Amino acid sequence: MRVLAAMSGGVDSAVAAARMVAGGHDVTGVHLALSRNPASYRSGARGCCTIEDSRDAWRAADRLGIPFYVWDLSEAFAAEVVDDFVAEYAAGRTPNPCLRCNERIKFAAVLERGRALGFDVVATGHYARLLPGPDGPQLHRAADHAKDQSYVLGVLDAEQLAGCAFPLGDSTKAQVRAEAAELGLAVAAKPDSHDVCFIPSGDTAGFLREHLGEAPGEVVDAHSGAVLGRHDGAHAFTVGQRRGLALGQPAPDGARRYVVDVDITARRVAVGPAAMLEVGSIRATRPRWCGPPLLGEARVGVQLRAHGEELPALVRADAAGFEVILDRPARGVAPGQAAVLYEGSRVVGSGTIVRDPG
Amino acid sequence: MRAYLDHAATTPLLACAREAMLDALDTTGNASSLHTAGRVARRRLEEARESIAADLGVTPSEVVLTAGGTEADNLAVKGLWWGRTAERPQRRRVLASRVEHHAVLDPVHWLGEHEGAEVVWLDVDALGRVDAEQVAAELARPGEVALVTVMWANNEVGTVQPIEAIAAACAQADVPLHVDGVQALGSIPVDAGLPTTLAVSAHKLGGPMGVGALLARRSAPLAALTHGGGQERQVRSGTADVPGIAGFAAALHETLVDLPERSPRLASLRDELLGGIAALAPDAIVNGALGGLDARLPGNAHVSFPGCEGDALLMLLDAAGVDVSTGSACTAGVPEPSHVLLAMGIDPILARSSLRMTLGHSSTRADVDALLGALPEVLERARRAGQVRVSPRLAAAVRDGG
Repeated sequence: MRVLAAMSGGVDSAVAAARMVAGGHDVTGVHLALSRNPASYRSGARGCCTIEDSRDAWRAADRLGIPFYVWDLSEAFAAEVVDDFVAEYAAGRTPNPCLRCNERIKFAAVLERGRALGFDVVATGHYARLLPGPDGPQLHRAADHAKDQSYVLGVLDAEQLAGCAFPLGDSTKAQVRAEAAELGLAVAAKPDSHDVCFIPSGDTAGFLREHLGEAPGEVVDAHSGAVLGRHDGAHAFTVGQRRGLALGQPAPDGARRYVVDVDITARRVAVGPAAMLEVGSIRATRPRWCGPPLLGEARVGVQLRAHGEELPALVRADAAGFEVILDRPARGVAPGQAAVLYEGSRVVGSGTIVRDPG
Repeated sequence: MRAYLDHAATTPLLACAREAMLDALDTTGNASSLHTAGRVARRRLEEARESIAADLGVTPSEVVLTAGGTEADNLAVKGLWWGRTAERPQRRRVLASRVEHHAVLDPVHWLGEHEGAEVVWLDVDALGRVDAEQVAAELARPGEVALVTVMWANNEVGTVQPIEAIAAACAQADVPLHVDGVQALGSIPVDAGLPTTLAVSAHKLGGPMGVGALLARRSAPLAALTHGGGQERQVRSGTADVPGIAGFAAALHETLVDLPERSPRLASLRDELLGGIAALAPDAIVNGALGGLDARLPGNAHVSFPGCEGDALLMLLDAAGVDVSTGSACTAGVPEPSHVLLAMGIDPILARSSLRMTLGHSSTRADVDALLGALPEVLERARRAGQVRVSPRLAAAVRDGG
């Protein structure tokens, strides 16, 4: 196979590329430049798009003896991922940019371009498994559930999955690091990247303030409507959030208060007790199916955030999306996040959570 | 067997240079030492300097050896700036062409940002040529000008500048002229006597990397950038790299002996390459000047392939065994539209569709055939990949543009 190995500069994608080389494939490494003005060096464990990361990827490719190129996808990334991220927050939703990037950039623009250039698959360092199924490859959770990243891949359709390779799906992180060290890859001990790669400071609220300006408003009690405080911008708040409310006075019953609703138009953040965060059913739109579409009713597991647990549920799907009826209510379900459906370890598909009409 | 078509980046080491270096490598001795070992090293160093000077028609004291072309350019641009402004603080203007290599471009920018230099950018025409009359016009008040800097020949498109006319204008105004001769030396005849300072590099002409020189007239008001033991006319301290310099001298000598035969040979090979490309891709556009050795470097072919991205072409040709370049500077490997092509008025999208293929001393017909043999399939794939919308803004610009 001719393999395009997407190399971020981290240990996972380096080992993924190494495994494709060891498998006897014709491998070319490519680093995706996603930031228009990359910082020179990494700061801490955040981000993945500095010049230093690009150099790390380059070194790993050299070590593996494979050609290496940098593809400039910064404009596509800005338009498809960053602008969307800001727009979603502006609309009071909490997007997951990694899913968006996988759907629109890594396994779309890159895969398509790679195919045109004669490559068969794009290999990445995601922890997930592709197993053969009756209708083509199926996406499954990684063997190491602690590292499993199938959630962020739940947006890939059958066509995209047919062009993917995830060589790390059967391994643990410790194994991958040990393998990197054995191969003499300098990134073996490099810290994992976290957070949103285009906000290297980790200050999402600051990033949003910069892009959306300040939009001060009231923090109100969800039950009584009483004004409890003020905020600088409703978009900095996510349903389920407890920190950063700065209400000064405690709730009358002393219970912790959480953000239970964000109304962007009214610039109002509503807070209430944890019990108010509980939802029994979820509506999701923009369905993406990782194989044949699900139509009608089925028992599934559903995961509602990147590192969330899988919850048992009944799903009712139609062409426009699906409704998830949870066996037991879940807390802190934020509109904009993805609901990813599982059947056993297999990813069925995903949808974007929308505000409960009720 | 791979085909190497990137002689503008670097050239294979000549056997004579290798021999000279090997000969010097095992000799202990610092050329600045007074004992016998030092004298042996110094003799090698000074004989190499004399050889370089004789080959270039300058005196040995005018050869300031450096660790390469970039260092020589920096020494000239900043050294002349500080030297000239120390003489007369009113000299605030720096005239520089828009198509300079980054080794000149960036020091000039830096002087503007940090030293209060008033930079006058000299425009180029569609072929990449500086207008000597514009230089003369900008020198109308010579008392305000610190220096002029124009490259002899461009590293991307191979355009040769009218250095004789520019040097005459500078001489008339009594303003120093720095010329970056890194690409020109070893490709076309270079009269080192014309500019005040001339930067040259060994590895562009079959010598080792990490060695170069600034040929600086004795009268050039150069301030030192590297202070220390006072070597190289006190302007470039540091222990001399005797083996590297010996390799440089040997490579330069052989290159200049071969040049009268080599230049026309490379030019005709280059024209075969361009002819072959035109036959395979009728929509391809040759950038830069066409013509003899006074117009374009003989080994340079720079071509835009509409609908293809240069980095895709490079990658596909690499996989097919052919080494070429997109010719433009990289930030961590990210291709930027070339400032040279933009200065020539070439559309940014077309600029990103460009390849630079450069021939040199080791180039043969087989190299050209390898490229032309690989090109049809490479172009087909690159065109298909070029249609992928990886860059919405660029795609929109293409659409709106036609």
